[in-house]
Amino acid sequence: MRFGIVTFPGSNGDHDALMAVRLGLGQPAELVWHTETDLSNYDCIVIPGGFSYGDYLRAGAIARFAPVMQAVAREAEAGKPVLGICNGFQILTEAHLLPGALLRNASLEFVCDWVWVRVEQTRTPWTSQLAPGTLLRLPIAHGEGRYYVDEKTLAELERAGQIVFRYVDAKGNATPEANPNGSVANIAGVCNVRGNVVGLMPHPERAFDRLIGGDDGLQILASVLAVGLEVVRGRGGH
Amino acid sequence: MPVTPELLREVALTEDEYRRAVELLGREPNLVELGMIGALWSEHCGYKHSRPLLRRLPTSGPQVVQGPGENAGAVDLGDGLVVVLKIESHNHPSAVEPFQGAATGVGGIVRDIFAMGARPIALADSLRFGPLEESRQQYLFHGVVGGIGWYGNCLGIPTVAGDVFFMPEYRQNPLVNAMCVGIAERSALVRARASGPGNLVVLVGADTGRDGIHGATFASVEDPERSHRGVVQVGNPFLEKLLLEACLEVLQTGAVVAMQDLGAAGLTSASAELAARGGTGIELDVAAVPRRETGMTPYEVMLSESQERMLLVVRPEGLERVLEIFRHWELHAVVIGRVTDDGMLRVLDAGNPVAELPVRLLTEACPTYIREAYESEAIRARRAFDPDTLPDLSANDVLRALLALLRSPNIASRRPIYRTYDHTILTNTVLPPGQGDAAVLRVKGHRFGIALKTDCNPRYCLLEPRLGAQHAVAEATRNVSCVGAEPLAITDCLNFGNPERPEVYYQLVQAIEGMAEACTVLGVPVVSGNVSLYNETEGRSIPPTPVVGVVGKLSDVHRHVGLGFAGEGKVFLLGPQSATLGASEYLAQLHGIVAGAPPNLDLELERRVQALIREAIQRGIALAAHDCSEGGLLVALAESCIVGGIGGRFKVDELVAVNGRLDRTLFGEAGSRIVVQVAPGAEGAVLTLAHAYGVPVCELGHTGGDRFIVEGIVDCTLDDLAAVWRDGLRGE
Repeated sequence: MRFGIVTFPGSNGDHDALMAVRLGLGQPAELVWHTETDLSNYDCIVIPGGFSYGDYLRAGAIARFAPVMQAVAREAEAGKPVLGICNGFQILTEAHLLPGALLRNASLEFVCDWVWVRVEQTRTPWTSQLAPGTLLRLPIAHGEGRYYVDEKTLAELERAGQIVFRYVDAKGNATPEANPNGSVANIAGVCNVRGNVVGLMPHPERAFDRLIGGDDGLQILASVLAVGLEVVRGRGGH
Repeated sequence: MPVTPELLREVALTEDEYRRAVELLGREPNLVELGMIGALWSEHCGYKHSRPLLRRLPTSGPQVVQGPGENAGAVDLGDGLVVVLKIESHNHPSAVEPFQGAATGVGGIVRDIFAMGARPIALADSLRFGPLEESRQQYLFHGVVGGIGWYGNCLGIPTVAGDVFFMPEYRQNPLVNAMCVGIAERSALVRARASGPGNLVVLVGADTGRDGIHGATFASVEDPERSHRGVVQVGNPFLEKLLLEACLEVLQTGAVVAMQDLGAAGLTSASAELAARGGTGIELDVAAVPRRETGMTPYEVMLSESQERMLLVVRPEGLERVLEIFRHWELHAVVIGRVTDDGMLRVLDAGNPVAELPVRLLTEACPTYIREAYESEAIRARRAFDPDTLPDLSANDVLRALLALLRSPNIASRRPIYRTYDHTILTNTVLPPGQGDAAVLRVKGHRFGIALKTDCNPRYCLLEPRLGAQHAVAEATRNVSCVGAEPLAITDCLNFGNPERPEVYYQLVQAIEGMAEACTVLGVPVVSGNVSLYNETEGRSIPPTPVVGVVGKLSDVHRHVGLGFAGEGKVFLLGPQSATLGASEYLAQLHGIVAGAPPNLDLELERRVQALIREAIQRGIALAAHDCSEGGLLVALAESCIVGGIGGRFKVDELVAVNGRLDRTLFGEAGSRIVVQVAPGAEGAVLTLAHAYGVPVCELGHTGGDRFIVEGIVDCTLDDLAAVWRDGLRGE
């Protein structure tokens, strides 16, 4: 399964995503520069973290205008799996491919730590192989990760099954103490209505080896391989 | 040109130095030339006071691939790789504008690493401030930590280690020393030597502005706060990230002969250093330099310290490929000159000569000074203080003392700092900050790993600089050994006051001497470094602070240990059993006294203790190891319990018998001491090993439960200790 990893000037999680897919999953992956206009070659798309364009206006606010984002929108529309991580999540919300916005952390400080998240939704290609309620231990590293939607939208997201990950404690409870950035309803990740586009603040691509603290991230990245199998079977059928 | 005292003061040259320049040049320099000479003959660039002393440091060894004199040092790792390391100060800018001062310090040190052709993989920071409870110090502390985090996090280089210390003498002169480590193919290492007359000089990165003019001279005078704020540069980590990727890519074309970071004294220093190392000359035309603002004079262009710029020497036939790569990364790159064979640094402005100086005059002819040196009487008197004249602690007061020490900003958890630094990016962090005495990183695709740490106890250095500097080397290398790594090399940052004062010059001489002795015995060469003098305000100097940054190698990265006790097991003390209260954290915190002689140090024993712990870790005998330093034995035990999340029951009767006093036993400090937790069943092995290495060993007790117990002295819950330790740095 070919992973396309979209890279903007200032992306810095691109290399980690590349390594996680290649070393952790053993799958082919390529970096795709932001000027690219065609992503049809890739079976799934990852938008990694970083400080695209220096985050000078607002995290992700300039990246959404990059040529490659039109291609991302097209592939998302066609149902291809898209994963936005950290700054990539911010870019997807700015591009209106995902609901909500990411604000400065409630602490007003950058926070780097390992957190627990609970899988809330398994209808997305990035969680399809996980049991609901699975706990994953993942790193976070962000200054603007406080997920925000108004109450009405929150209710819609709940109803439509668009909340994919929540920050929880080690026992799986979504407590205020387990929320590292003040996100509304402890939300760590969401998906679009269709479920193929997922964004999350934690970094699954930094958790692909126990030597560096854990490999739970592989469970997210590996889930999408099931979609790859379907794609391959589909191709075989023609 | 009329040379007035004001003009000389502006360029920070003495009248003698000016006369020397005229004599060497055979004529009077013009204004541009005078500015260039002043910048390169500043302490910051010319190492006027330290150069004769630095020769005493050992700089060679079989592992050394590049010693001092280049952008950074390099040591062999095996498998065709080298590790590149360098530390640098950004003290004066950080005192004036802490956020940008610290941020640009990080930017500068990272450029030094990738200028060598190495990919930066980790950052570490050594910081010093005044008492944290003061609001101005809070401002400096948060500004500096914020600036380091902002720049490093944006760049995507993990900040994994460091040290921080608070002492009243740093009030006006905080220290910000940033260290960067990179990895390169040994065969692809780049040197900053402008060779091949006719090759082109290319400037890439940020446009040049008026920022930072005379930053180098600013860093070489006292009282940063009174200096002008305009000399502090503003950082752009986004641009630096592009520059980093682009520079590493152009090196693969084979068309780049040399690369040099533009730091202090900007284009003047970068071009002079390139030409000096290459034994060539350089001709530049400032009219070709892209400007950020209009109306800049050649003087300003040559001395601007605008950040995020790099100077390259490129073969003409490869120029187009190099420029194409820079265009891809959306960077401005222009040819501003060429390499010549006449040994001159020639500056033109649209073809018209504005300066012409022999390169050697700028670099090698910089005057050096050997000053009068004697020890301050006041410090000698303070060292003579005998802590035994103070009343001993009663057993009932031990817990109170322990809590006071755990809460001390010099000991408390560093988590409030490193939580704001991205330390997991690049997916190499095996032992993150707070988990071990040093950070451990893997190198993907290789069995080995590397460890790094910075250290320096300024209280020891204040009271006895030679011994203090020995301790700095010993402690930093010990920390690296305590995670299982063999120390490979040192990068040092020598922070001192005004060397023109004999008391300060004495400290400088003594500290370098002590550092050289320790490096020699421990077999760890100094491969790069930086000197920062004039860290004083109104005649009050900082304590001598020779910060030591160490890089070590683990032959198998899986074979490492942390400082936290890992489950149940017996705990031993390796090293000397007697400690001293002189210069201790205990005296400072509990008695408000900074005095007494620092602990003595047997360097031979130090070497053996470190070899012992490394072997114990490699053989799986040690499950946890923690250097026993500030706060002494009880603090080390408490920290290992807190970090490991497990209590323990300890017994210190034997040690009390040796030390004679409870306070000295529990909170006294000593070199060469390590607290080690031994794997069940390996207790005999550790005793045999200690005997073989000739290292004293003493059983302290065992881990388990959720209480921290020292028989007959302390009995409390682990949570009681953890709570104060966690919040010590947050207490405002």
